[in-house]
Amino acid sequence: MSFVQQSSPHARQARSTSQVMLWVIIATLPGLLALTLFFGWGNLINVIWCVAVALASEAAILRLRNKPVMFFLRDNTAALTGLLLGLSLPQFTPWWVSATAVISAIVVAKQLYGGLGSNPFNPAMVGYALVLISFPVAMTTNWAQPAMLWDGAPGFAETLAAIASGQQTVIDGWTMATPLDEYKHKISSFTSSEVLEHPAFGDGIALGWEWVNAAFLAGGLVLIALRVITWHIPVSFLAAMAFMSLAFGSNADEYAPLPLHLLAGATMFGAFFIATDPVSAATSHQGKLIYGAGIGVLVYIIRTWGNYPDAVAFSVLLMNFAVPFIDHYTPPRTYGHHKPRRGVPSKGRG
Amino acid sequence: MTQFWEFPGGIHPAENKQQSTQRPIRRAGLPGQLVIPLQQHIGQPSQALVKVGDRVQKGDKLAEVSSGLGVPVHAPTSGFVEAISLQPVPHPSGMQDWCITLRPDGEDEWKHRHPIADYRSLERDQVLGVIREAGISGLGGAGFPTNVKLRPPRDRKVSTLILNGAECEPYITADDMTMREKAAEVVAGMKVMAWLLRPERCVIAIEDNKPEAIDAINTAIQGTQIELAVIPTKYPSGGEKQLIHILTGMEVPSGGIPADIGVMCQNIGTAVAVAQAVFEDKPLISRVVTITGNGVTEPGNFEALIGTPMSFLLEQAGLDTNRTNRLVLGGPMMGYTLTSTAVPVVKTSNCVIAATDTELPAPPPEQPCIRCGECALACPMELLPQQLFWHAKAGEFEKAEHLNLFDCIECGACSYVCPSSIPLVQYYRHAKDEIRVQRAEQEKADRARERFEARQERLEREKQEKEQRRKERAKAAAATQARKKAEAEQAVPAKSADNDERAAKAALVQQALARKKAKTEASNSSNTGDTPAAEPEPDIDALEKQLAQAQAKLRNMEGMLNEARAKEADNVDKLERAVAKNHDRVKRAEEALTEVRQRIARQTESHSTD
Repeated sequence: MSFVQQSSPHARQARSTSQVMLWVIIATLPGLLALTLFFGWGNLINVIWCVAVALASEAAILRLRNKPVMFFLRDNTAALTGLLLGLSLPQFTPWWVSATAVISAIVVAKQLYGGLGSNPFNPAMVGYALVLISFPVAMTTNWAQPAMLWDGAPGFAETLAAIASGQQTVIDGWTMATPLDEYKHKISSFTSSEVLEHPAFGDGIALGWEWVNAAFLAGGLVLIALRVITWHIPVSFLAAMAFMSLAFGSNADEYAPLPLHLLAGATMFGAFFIATDPVSAATSHQGKLIYGAGIGVLVYIIRTWGNYPDAVAFSVLLMNFAVPFIDHYTPPRTYGHHKPRRGVPSKGRG
Repeated sequence: MTQFWEFPGGIHPAENKQQSTQRPIRRAGLPGQLVIPLQQHIGQPSQALVKVGDRVQKGDKLAEVSSGLGVPVHAPTSGFVEAISLQPVPHPSGMQDWCITLRPDGEDEWKHRHPIADYRSLERDQVLGVIREAGISGLGGAGFPTNVKLRPPRDRKVSTLILNGAECEPYITADDMTMREKAAEVVAGMKVMAWLLRPERCVIAIEDNKPEAIDAINTAIQGTQIELAVIPTKYPSGGEKQLIHILTGMEVPSGGIPADIGVMCQNIGTAVAVAQAVFEDKPLISRVVTITGNGVTEPGNFEALIGTPMSFLLEQAGLDTNRTNRLVLGGPMMGYTLTSTAVPVVKTSNCVIAATDTELPAPPPEQPCIRCGECALACPMELLPQQLFWHAKAGEFEKAEHLNLFDCIECGACSYVCPSSIPLVQYYRHAKDEIRVQRAEQEKADRARERFEARQERLEREKQEKEQRRKERAKAAAATQARKKAEAEQAVPAKSADNDERAAKAALVQQALARKKAKTEASNSSNTGDTPAAEPEPDIDALEKQLAQAQAKLRNMEGMLNEARAKEADNVDKLERAVAKNHDRVKRAEEALTEVRQRIARQTESHSTD
């Protein structure tokens, strides 16, 4: 009789990469729901379109690279990239802009670097940054104004037509700047209370956005509870941002206040879903804390003193650059050792 | 209440212990023949003391270690020595080793025994001798000779003695059942160990998923100073380093032993063996083995004689060969697979899992690492498994070593949690092996270089001595010539004083010329001797390095080829070509090296002969 020969361990836990990715996808659903409820059908259509383009381009490039197509498509990572882009692009982004973002994310940022696990940069954010720089007008003028789906938001057909026509949305009743952008540009000439009269802010912190952020926060907490991600990156991200805001921008008549930073932009989405992309983030706990804090600081700097409104994408990409460096200097202390070995191994011994 | 420290990482795999705890420990009985490996411990293999055809009694010494680390091996029952031959033994490689085959005569007749009534009246060394003579080596897994372990270095006082009853691996229940049924012996054995070591604290640690064992031990330790520690169930809390951390909060220094921090761990089974050796003069000839898994119908624990074929135990447990897909010796986390059921029970065999395909399924295909960090969360040694994996995969073994690769205890927690189902532990084992091989080669190369340098030095010295002698000879010859000339000149009469003076001067000049000639010759020969001898040396080093590199590459390629063949991958022929190419490369390098070596040899020879 012959038995299977195999190396230990012989038992393994059931959760696979594709399941992990599926959990992340599921955890974004509250956020997607909130976006749809408060800003209309735009994001939902974006998500469907982006996921479709992501799967198609992933399949095409895998074929070109002679890799097993179904094996890699089933890992759900391409779908997740598409989903994340669909969630972050403006609601009325023309279809070809979002397609460009997705294709450059999957083909260039992911597959040309070697595919899953080998990309040094967050693919979704590469795609986002690319179209933001290439099509700045399309990317800044297509944000929907907050309007309940059941009360004032453009209908499904109307939204689809706006996205499909590829025309610049010029209907003022539909679109407006995002609250953080609005605040930054107006605060130099107005006082805080005057700026906050703008409809984007509503009665609370930022109309609609606060709920979207709360929904992403909830999804993120689920991911932490399920141990899909650890708390280190989101917490250090938010803490660093809060620290910067309190240290430099405590005067609301000068800079956007902390609640606006936390709840008016892509903060929660970025902290729990973008920065935590394991492939392009730091590895050790200590490294994750540094990585997250770096993003938090950069987000505040770019939002406050930078020209582009989309701080999260640039911050994440900038910190992606720093990851190898961070990893190099933040190894944990191994059991039985006095301190971690840092830096490069000496080449002394042949 | 005892304070516990939690170790980082760890996992909670399905325990699967209830299957084998339904029945009490069964006696396996006498098989048709017993195959007793000569080496069942770490250290030197023992040498047979018996010949084929000898009759031995139960408990007779069959083999002994004459020098070095090791313990003897005893006859598990009375019978005849049938063969001393190479037989398959339990080893991950499926290798064969020297074994004594014993055919039982069915009498089970004991040798004459001398139980010790009061070990306290003896010297400690005598008791340690009894333990050694009983052939006791650790029953937990590694099989370190117990008497050596119980005699820590003089400067290391053991203040905490731990009896490891954690048994954190799934499926295995040998220690659990031993504690339930032989609690008194466990405690008695521990008392002997405690008497030997005189520790301040004695702890028996049991995971909280073994309530019966906890009850039994709790009863048995009444009236003693032994402490019972019920620790939380988590894998690998039974790992020596983890258990020490849980109970003391201290860490064994990297590369050190527990005695360095005043702690010692012993296995439950070892304690029982010590008790039996001291109080019954019974050597280690049997142990408790768990036979479990869905491939057997009546899983449970067996008291089996050392040398009992696994097939004999599996049969009694109701092995269904059609259902059994994999045979694991040890636990599912750290055990290795057996190629056949023909291997015998040895002192370190604690469990055999006959697993069905659904029970321990083959891992899904490996996916790329997404750096999720699950492995780092699970690692009880706080290593960076994924970084180690990258380096091991890229062949950057130095970097892996720098990240403390050798602190990995190969517990398998990282592989267990990896969502990409990467066989991480295999990569680490491979990297460790590679580093060990490289080290050995490095040592070999160093020794060769030292030898070469010593030889060069000797040749050089000899040459100089020769040259020195030659110079002296030349000088002497010149002197004689000058003298002769002078004599001849003196013999010519009536030369003027002027002439005399001139002749003397000429002789002096001649001498000087001769000296100079000798000197230039000497310097010439030393020049011609030095330069070629000095030059090829770096050449040889470079060539040796080239050869080593080519060999390493060839090995690597061959490994890849074998793997590809095993997996029937489509790049087999490509790899075959690569292997052939590398073969050529190694050959060329070897040829170049021998050529240069021969040239040097010729040169040095020609110099030394002239």
